[in-house]
Amino acid sequence: MEVTEQEINHLAMLSNFSLEPSEKDALKKDLSGIFKYIGKLDELDTSGVEPTYQVFEMKNVWRADEIINQDADREALLALTKEERDHQIKVPKVL
Amino acid sequence: MKIANSSTTAVSLVKAALSRIEETKEWNIFTFVDKKAALERAEEIDARIKKGETVGRLAGVPYALKANFLSKHRPADASVKILTEFTSPIDSTTAEKLDKEDAICVGCVNMDAFAHGSSTENSYFGPTKNSTDKTRVAGGSSGGSAVAVALDCVQFATGSDTGGSIRQPATFNGIYGIKPTYGTISRYGVVAMASSFDVIGFLAKSASDLDLLMSITAGQDPKDQTSLPDYYGADDTKLDKKSVGYIKEFMDSPALDPEIKSALESKLSALRAKGYDIVELSMPTLEYALPTYYIIQPAEVASNLSRYDGIRYGFRTKELNAPDKTPLDLLFENTRNEGFMRENKRRIMIGNFVLSSGFYDAYFLKAAKARTLIINEFNKAFEKVDAILSPASPNPAFKLGEKVDDPVSMYLEDVMSVTANLAGIPAIAFPAGTNKAGLPLGLQIMGPRRSDKNLIKLVEELA
Repeated sequence: MEVTEQEINHLAMLSNFSLEPSEKDALKKDLSGIFKYIGKLDELDTSGVEPTYQVFEMKNVWRADEIINQDADREALLALTKEERDHQIKVPKVL
Repeated sequence: MKIANSSTTAVSLVKAALSRIEETKEWNIFTFVDKKAALERAEEIDARIKKGETVGRLAGVPYALKANFLSKHRPADASVKILTEFTSPIDSTTAEKLDKEDAICVGCVNMDAFAHGSSTENSYFGPTKNSTDKTRVAGGSSGGSAVAVALDCVQFATGSDTGGSIRQPATFNGIYGIKPTYGTISRYGVVAMASSFDVIGFLAKSASDLDLLMSITAGQDPKDQTSLPDYYGADDTKLDKKSVGYIKEFMDSPALDPEIKSALESKLSALRAKGYDIVELSMPTLEYALPTYYIIQPAEVASNLSRYDGIRYGFRTKELNAPDKTPLDLLFENTRNEGFMRENKRRIMIGNFVLSSGFYDAYFLKAAKARTLIINEFNKAFEKVDAILSPASPNPAFKLGEKVDDPVSMYLEDVMSVTANLAGIPAIAFPAGTNKAGLPLGLQIMGPRRSDKNLIKLVEELA
């Protein structure tokens, strides 16, 4: 299938990308080719087949309700952000 | 593996590794070299050996971490801009276990950004070159890991395999690589790509090295709820049918390089001579393995990569001014737009397409059903045979730049390897000589779930 301008804009919005016009054109071409390729799956008869979403053998893995030490404390995690004040992450104005 | 002891010091092993890293700079393998810390660690291990203390099973062995593994105080950028300003405050479980056995991390190695790719050309730091021919690709996404091992910078390297990322670069560089059964090794502290496929594994120069690394790192981890209780070496699936299969559809594929085909045929003859039954398997659903994978995997990628927003860690855009948008919207959009590579964007957009309303049933649900059929086909095959011998990729290392502008032809690199990830089964890549041009050739062997250790034994028989 050919990807339209409207579709690429919709996908960019869903993906949170601010694409330049030239990049949009390139992605339109790339995605059209990829969608054509994955469309091959249409040929396969899957009627009556149950879907598989994961291949892990176990179900309902329980653990005691105790905190597992994740090594990094609050200071170490806050140190990773670009702007911090009073132990809070600073972001641009929201309202 | 060459381990530090009373006659070989850890310092000499680390120094040899560091000078080899310096000599092989042209290949663009390492994205970070941890020289000072590695030498200090080596001195500490030597002091313990001198005192007669017991040291770990990997004492003084220099190794490299693929750039998507987190380890304390080192960068963990997954070779992508959006993570370049990130230094890990935690250790991945794998790094921690290797550290406990006194292995020494000498640095981090290049990969396709976020492990999206099959050549290591899609890296923010530029491509890693093939160990044998610098005009060719390393393979990917664990290209840096493979070349670091092949060129003796390190004795082993960590890797991750979502659709062939350990096995294809291993074969492109003439070494061994294991993709274990899904869930065998904890994924805690490794950058997630597609969670129903991702596994941790290793690249090394022998099957016995892979065995040692597996016995050290396999096991359940409270920090990863998808890790299996340790079965490795204890309740492994037996391979006692004395029967190995090959896939007719792969052998007949026009994409299969004739020299890889004949390497595979000669390994089958060698097995026949050792008393194995060789069985031709028809697995027609595998024709749909790649489209299935390139629907489910991007869907999981889109979901996993939605966390990168520039707020809590990593790169953050400086472009926050545009007439019709709020600064917060621009923070998300521009950080993601500048921070991801083109291939990351493709996959996120494919994922959001196949999951979006109106397309979900036709793509994602359809692929999830196809995955069931593929698993059933493997289960049926393993009723007849212990293991399946197949190419890991249809061709040896290709030229740099050859496929980089054609995403579908790059995806076709994974056509034979993704099958193991779809089914969650173990697969090991191993060397199978060279072609007429002198390039390494390799194959893979796949077995039923939890047959990892017995599969390694089978690879040793094939060597």
